[in-house]
Amino acid sequence: MTAASEARRVPVVAGGLKRGSLSFRRRFVDIFSKVLMTVALLLAVTPLVLVLIYVAQRGGKVISLDFFTEDIVPSPRRSGGGMAPAIVGTLIITGAASLLAIPLGVLGAVYLNEYGKKNALARFIRIMSDVMTGVPSIVMALFIYVAVVLVTGDKTGLAAALALAALMLPVVLRSSEEMLKLVPDELRQASAALGARRWKATVSVVLPAAISGITSGIMLAIARAAGETTPIVVCAGIAYSVSWDLNSQQTALPAQIFSNAAQPFDPAVARAWGAALTLTIIVLVFTLAARFVASRFAIKNR
Amino acid sequence: MTTQASSLTQKDRGRVTDRAFWLICIGAGIIVLVILAAILVSTLNQSWPAISNTGENGFFTSKVWDPNEGKFGTLAFMFGTVMVSLIAILFAVPISIGIALFLTELAHRRIKGTVVTLIDLLASVPSVVFGLWGIYFFAPTLKPVYDWLHNALGDIPVIGALFGSANANSFMTAGLVVAIMIIPIITSITREVFDTVPDSDKQAAWALGATRWEMIRGAVFPHSFGGIVGAVILGLGRAMGETVAVALVIGASIQITPNLLAPGYTIPAGIINLFGESSGDFTAALIGMGVILFLVTVVVNLLAQVIVRRAELRMRGAA
Repeated sequence: MTAASEARRVPVVAGGLKRGSLSFRRRFVDIFSKVLMTVALLLAVTPLVLVLIYVAQRGGKVISLDFFTEDIVPSPRRSGGGMAPAIVGTLIITGAASLLAIPLGVLGAVYLNEYGKKNALARFIRIMSDVMTGVPSIVMALFIYVAVVLVTGDKTGLAAALALAALMLPVVLRSSEEMLKLVPDELRQASAALGARRWKATVSVVLPAAISGITSGIMLAIARAAGETTPIVVCAGIAYSVSWDLNSQQTALPAQIFSNAAQPFDPAVARAWGAALTLTIIVLVFTLAARFVASRFAIKNR
Repeated sequence: MTTQASSLTQKDRGRVTDRAFWLICIGAGIIVLVILAAILVSTLNQSWPAISNTGENGFFTSKVWDPNEGKFGTLAFMFGTVMVSLIAILFAVPISIGIALFLTELAHRRIKGTVVTLIDLLASVPSVVFGLWGIYFFAPTLKPVYDWLHNALGDIPVIGALFGSANANSFMTAGLVVAIMIIPIITSITREVFDTVPDSDKQAAWALGATRWEMIRGAVFPHSFGGIVGAVILGLGRAMGETVAVALVIGASIQITPNLLAPGYTIPAGIINLFGESSGDFTAALIGMGVILFLVTVVVNLLAQVIVRRAELRMRGAA
């Protein structure tokens, strides 16, 4: 009896299917690697949390209703005033950039996925738009400065919007293409079978099917664009009072943060924190809304 | 397919619309190429007077930057850019690989969603906000650490040169801030690469009695080496282009020094900080630095893509 159970237990210990039978070194390395992965995650999340807390704390002290409605005080030494011109600037510059980049990006994506597919031109455009995604915003700002500001002779909100649009375009293009790829081919075949032309099928069947994913990609692109600083600093000029005119000099929240951040005077720094909180809220709302749209209205997996 | 449809409906108007729609779409696609070409031509044209200077104060070869004397040598800016990007890569890559492994091999599905959202949020915090936080929180917090590093390592030969006198705003601070900002992009690409590792390989490793770490080392890493290299290069491209955050925390000092804790300058930070006060040749020189940055990022991005595509192809062949 004891001999039999003994015999049965031996292979289990030697075969080592239990976690406890691993050698100490193997177990240690395994656990250690898991700890390292978790630490890596914490190392990335900690700055995020710290930034958000710090911005909320410092910005929260500055923000009031006046902060959203009053003009900017030009002197860095005087306190008071608000960020209304910068908020309006951010809205209309980012808005104009979106109006330019979204139609071009979506139509370009339609070309890549519905017409070009794997031909040489489509492949080249795909590669180049990925390259364009990696072009730093400062380069895009300098390009618009040379090609638009120097030609017209004036820094304007419109010039900044053009630079932002150029930054958004490849992002919208590639994310929309990914979404069009997910639309099942049966939908296209069914429309063709019903006698619909290519453009009709694309506009009334394919695009509506992918619209939630495309929208989510667009919102992420808008969020990124709203936080871009260099195009505003280089191309938009400066403004201290609210103006809804894109053809005049403009300012925006990122540019206000940047110019006030390095000032040695407390009122200016306080304004920078207020603007930072406002901008962060705008950007985070757009980012989270994009995720919500993507998950809520996603193409149903079949 | 078009001919088939037309024989069914027999309306020329429809064919014209079809053709017009195709034209609009292909035009929208080609705009990408037009913009890239226009960037190169217009900026190169504008900055040629500065770039073509190859004499004693050559644009690419001199480290003397003195706008009042008309001397525009960009060597110090290039040096700073390389320094900051290398520091950023050094810190960001291991952390990103760790997070990607956590997401693909360790995390429960429910935790996974939350973590992905957090990393997305990290990616969406504007660069200028990181810069502001960098000046008023991160740099002052790091200063005591730098002082300690300087005291502990500063006297050792060779290594000591890297840890000279400590400044809160320095290459190191800029590199660390940039590291935080490029973690999301490297993580997302490495994660995609890890996701393509065939399940059969992993299960084979489990079946041989491997621990999780041995499975990762034996099945996941060999499959994804190319993809990781591509992700690192892509991160490098992003790091080199980071502008405002670096401009705020690097300390704005035009110098070449091995001291990681010294203030410096990078190409994009130099452009954004000096652009407002520049004119004439000075502006041309700054735009010329933009051209360098443009060409380098284009090459880096193309390289990264070639490597990632190759790796993907090889993987598909193996699977």
